[in-house]
Amino acid sequence: MATTAGVSVEKIEGSRNLVLNMGPQHPSTHGVLRLRLELDGEMIVKAEPDIGYLHTGIEKSAEAKFYQQVVTLTDRIDYLAPLTNNLCYVLAVEKLLQLEPPPRARWMRVLLTELTRLNSHLVWLGTHALDIGAMTVFLYCFREREEILHIFEMASGQRMMTSYFRVGGLAPEPPLGLLERIRKFADMFPSKIDEYESLLTKNAIWVGRTRGIGYMSAQDAVAWGVTGPCLRAVGLPLDLRKTAPYSDYDKFQFDVPLRTEGDVFARYQVRVAEMRESVKIIRQALDGMPEGAWKADAPGITLPDRDQMKFSIESLIYHFKIVTEGFNVPAGEAYQAIESPRGQMGYYIVSDGGPKPYRCHMRSPSFANLQALPKMIEGRLLADVVAIIGSIDIVLGDVDR
Amino acid sequence: MQEASTLTVAPAEWLATATRLKADGFDLLCDLTCVDWHPEPDRFEIVCQLYSTQTQGWQRFKTRCSEAAPPPTLSILWPSANWFEREVFDLFGVRFAGHPNLTRMMMPDDWVGHPLRKDYPTEGYR
Repeated sequence: MATTAGVSVEKIEGSRNLVLNMGPQHPSTHGVLRLRLELDGEMIVKAEPDIGYLHTGIEKSAEAKFYQQVVTLTDRIDYLAPLTNNLCYVLAVEKLLQLEPPPRARWMRVLLTELTRLNSHLVWLGTHALDIGAMTVFLYCFREREEILHIFEMASGQRMMTSYFRVGGLAPEPPLGLLERIRKFADMFPSKIDEYESLLTKNAIWVGRTRGIGYMSAQDAVAWGVTGPCLRAVGLPLDLRKTAPYSDYDKFQFDVPLRTEGDVFARYQVRVAEMRESVKIIRQALDGMPEGAWKADAPGITLPDRDQMKFSIESLIYHFKIVTEGFNVPAGEAYQAIESPRGQMGYYIVSDGGPKPYRCHMRSPSFANLQALPKMIEGRLLADVVAIIGSIDIVLGDVDR
Repeated sequence: MQEASTLTVAPAEWLATATRLKADGFDLLCDLTCVDWHPEPDRFEIVCQLYSTQTQGWQRFKTRCSEAAPPPTLSILWPSANWFEREVFDLFGVRFAGHPNLTRMMMPDDWVGHPLRKDYPTEGYR
């Protein structure tokens, strides 16, 4: 993070190039991203992303909190995909504890993370289209997103900062009527995707602004650590739900959408196709949702039932001890990677045997994907920058942590 | 996802081993970070997570170093290491040898100290 931000245009001595400052307060940088762009006329010679404006020290804060308290911090990293963060974190801790949540918890996690993927892709599509001038798509996307947020609120009591997944299972039991509401949404949603596509896919302006723009080769993408839809848009079928399944993803049938063009339009097509696949997964999860417990039988780690606490002194003691002292996690390290809407999200947790993580590092997909941005925009026109930033779908909370 | 096997090397062999791992097909550097084991003498543990897009295999790769003798940069092998190492420099103060642009990233340029070190208080210096 540079402290010299603020000058909008400066001249370089002995050169005809200009330096243009874009951000950190710019509507199309999707948060507080600052770009230092060196321009030759309208062409970008050199681009330098400058980040850190949203750094909140979450990794440091995590070291001072009990394992169960860190869950609430993870929501705030990638705030458009809070449940994905929750899932990645609890899977990493469960790995250290060698704790397996019951089937119903695993399936609920799949169901809700796929809804999160829809939520995140809807915000991406809406804002990306808005940046390029298609206002209507934004309003349509937020209309459907609102229903997803209502579903999250129904499950967890919160629209965005859900903290619904806990070590060993779920926070409260899923409420009655939740699955019916999700099913109604899943039945309605595919026709809405058709609606978005009817506004964009064959729209001459949209295609003109996105096709052939922001190209990245497969070699470059791998070298720069790009993952997620951006990598699948260059033809590499890497999806951790398939290649390193977690939380019972291997029991679901779905395809991994691929394109080979590697441009902004290809990324758009991959994400839209992914939304359709997510609906498929949601349907399967609803149809096959197992009955039974929604958290592991692990006294001392998962909070006891409210009813139990009124009659059983042991439950009351466990509740008191978890809340006041946390639970110890065996010394060791674990790296858990999952497929977030933006790419590979990884949590690296080191435990020293105590109730607080010794080190909790988040490998955020936005951070790695943003690093590849100069590769995509150098040599292109200034007007394309906005389209390209939208296409890599970064969340600055995820970049800066 | 199974835990990856871990390879621990001395800082002097860091680059050579990394070159070999890359030749073995670990073409995607997913993550590079640091763990501070203060007050041990070799306090910084640099940890890499590597992934092979061909075999879908994982590999963890580590070294221990002191503040005075940091390992060389990996950004010549994997360009993506550039920002990860910058972040480790910013938050831990590990000066990777030969790094092209070792400047502050998360913290302001004039910040004093490296916040993720264990001897840096969580509330900051007041």
